[in-house]
Amino acid sequence: MEYIIAKYNYWIYIVLMMIGFYAMIAKKNLVKKLLGLNIFQWTIILFYISTSVKKGGATIPIMDKAIDIANPALYLNPLPHVLMLTAIVVGVSTTGVALALVVLLYRRFHTLDEDEIFEKIRELK
Amino acid sequence: MLIDQLPAIIIVVPLLMAILVNFVGIWFRSACYYLTVATVSVSFLSSLGIMQEVMLKGRTSYRLGGWEPPWGIEYMVDHLNAFILVIITAIALLSVIFSYNPIKKDMPARVPQFYSLFLLLTLGLIGMTITGDAFNLYVLIEITSIACYALIAKGDDKSPLAAFNYLIIGTIGACFYLLGVGYLYIMAGSLNILDLSTLLPKVYGTNAILAAFTFFMVGIAIKMAFFPLHGWLPNAYSHAPDTVSAFMAATVTKVSAYVMIRVMFTIFQPQYSLSAIPVMPLLGWLSVGAMMYGCILALAQKDIKRMLSYIIIAEVGYIVVGISTANKLGFIGAVLHIMNDAIMMICLFLAAAAIAYKTGAKDIDSYRGLAKKMPLTTIAFLIGAVSVVGVPPTCGFFSKWYLLLGTIDSGNFAFTAALLLSSLMSAIVMYRVLQSLYSANKEISTKNDEAPLSMLVPIYVSAIAVVIIGFFSGDIISSVIQYTVPAGYK
Repeated sequence: MEYIIAKYNYWIYIVLMMIGFYAMIAKKNLVKKLLGLNIFQWTIILFYISTSVKKGGATIPIMDKAIDIANPALYLNPLPHVLMLTAIVVGVSTTGVALALVVLLYRRFHTLDEDEIFEKIRELK
Repeated sequence: MLIDQLPAIIIVVPLLMAILVNFVGIWFRSACYYLTVATVSVSFLSSLGIMQEVMLKGRTSYRLGGWEPPWGIEYMVDHLNAFILVIITAIALLSVIFSYNPIKKDMPARVPQFYSLFLLLTLGLIGMTITGDAFNLYVLIEITSIACYALIAKGDDKSPLAAFNYLIIGTIGACFYLLGVGYLYIMAGSLNILDLSTLLPKVYGTNAILAAFTFFMVGIAIKMAFFPLHGWLPNAYSHAPDTVSAFMAATVTKVSAYVMIRVMFTIFQPQYSLSAIPVMPLLGWLSVGAMMYGCILALAQKDIKRMLSYIIIAEVGYIVVGISTANKLGFIGAVLHIMNDAIMMICLFLAAAAIAYKTGAKDIDSYRGLAKKMPLTTIAFLIGAVSVVGVPPTCGFFSKWYLLLGTIDSGNFAFTAALLLSSLMSAIVMYRVLQSLYSANKEISTKNDEAPLSMLVPIYVSAIAVVIIGFFSGDIISSVIQYTVPAGYK
């Protein structure tokens, strides 16, 4: 039990990730699949951010410029935040392309249900 | 000096032009094609320059913005990178020259956007190959994939669904890769690939590193369509526009195979990849599955592009079986096969695209009698097909020869048998197409009606390259590939 509480951020990210994963596999609606994908991506961002947390009054160097740089206990590692800015941009553009594809599919088949689209594709032949 | 800036030029020029082409296209639609050809040519020439630099001096590194490597992003080029760069840019040049007529026919209103996305795809692939930073690699994987999704969706009626499914699976793959990078960063505190390879040995044996390794392998296996995770590939490639599927078939899976080699042998030391978990036998048996599955399903297909897609799944199996032998001969075979497979696939897909452009024929039955109508394209297809089967003196023979020697050397005779069996099956696959092409068909006029020159030239350059590279395989191995073999391989 202590093991779980000590690393609770990792357990939360695993649980959220599995929720996203389940939505991508099991849901038939394309938009729900896309939401699952988003949950999946954002949990990774949470995971990265939570790795740079430091307890005991540590802050960001930009906030307090007088900080003693030689003492690493006083400031947070800013790199995971910066990396996640890029990952957010990537996630947003993936979502944008996916939404465009969903709109295209809806215009062509007038439904968002995967099974119905499959059936209409079969009729195309 | 210009030559020192080549690693930046090769990626910055396509990036700027990908944006510019859109604006130029508003006023001069016909200029887009020539601009793209010029841009890709610049990248191709720079890749040749980088290759020459590397052959003279060995590993070179480029610091973006002048930041020191472990903190800034470094572009690291060694023999393996430079080799793959030349292949990618050459294939990009061939497909962009080819694209003039088909794009004008398929999507006349979207020419500038097509070339913009094409340049982004090229830039992503070049970046994946050249970068020396694990996180930068993730971003470039996603640039490549997003350009792919958008390009695939411009194909036939079924293509948007194929692109959507590829998007879901592909993003899962990229996210797994990102998680792997996160684990490595927690454990080692660096993102630079060379820095990681020196820092990681201290923490080998921990579960977190094992998890990172597994995430990397699964993520990359999705991106390279390796056997149990190949589901997206046949739909995506068979419904995409012809030029796009030709370019992607020849490059995307191959660059991912390069990333796999980079992760296994540079980020992680070879001794870790070989001993941590029984990864080599696992990869070997999965690639046996890939070879069998790909060839058997290729036999069952009627649509020519779908059939070739299944052949790609089998070819990915060939590359991985070479990596899994864990000896020098097999590894040389794998790297050589990355190149040969790219050239064979561009030759076959471009020939199929030219036939589809002239006659609209897309499946094997409608290919009947086309040898009389398009003799030159048919001969090019024949050369590519013969190389897939592995007949000397085409290049396909030499890489398969090294792969066979590698599997014999490692003592896994089951893999040797699988390689031979799948070669036999691909012979049957290709025989069906060629028989259809050369059979008599009274319904088709025998008047010679070839594809335009802008399509024939790329097809012939690739077909001739299939033969020429076969003859020079020995030179390529002794001057480039032997330096890519990981230390400690015999």
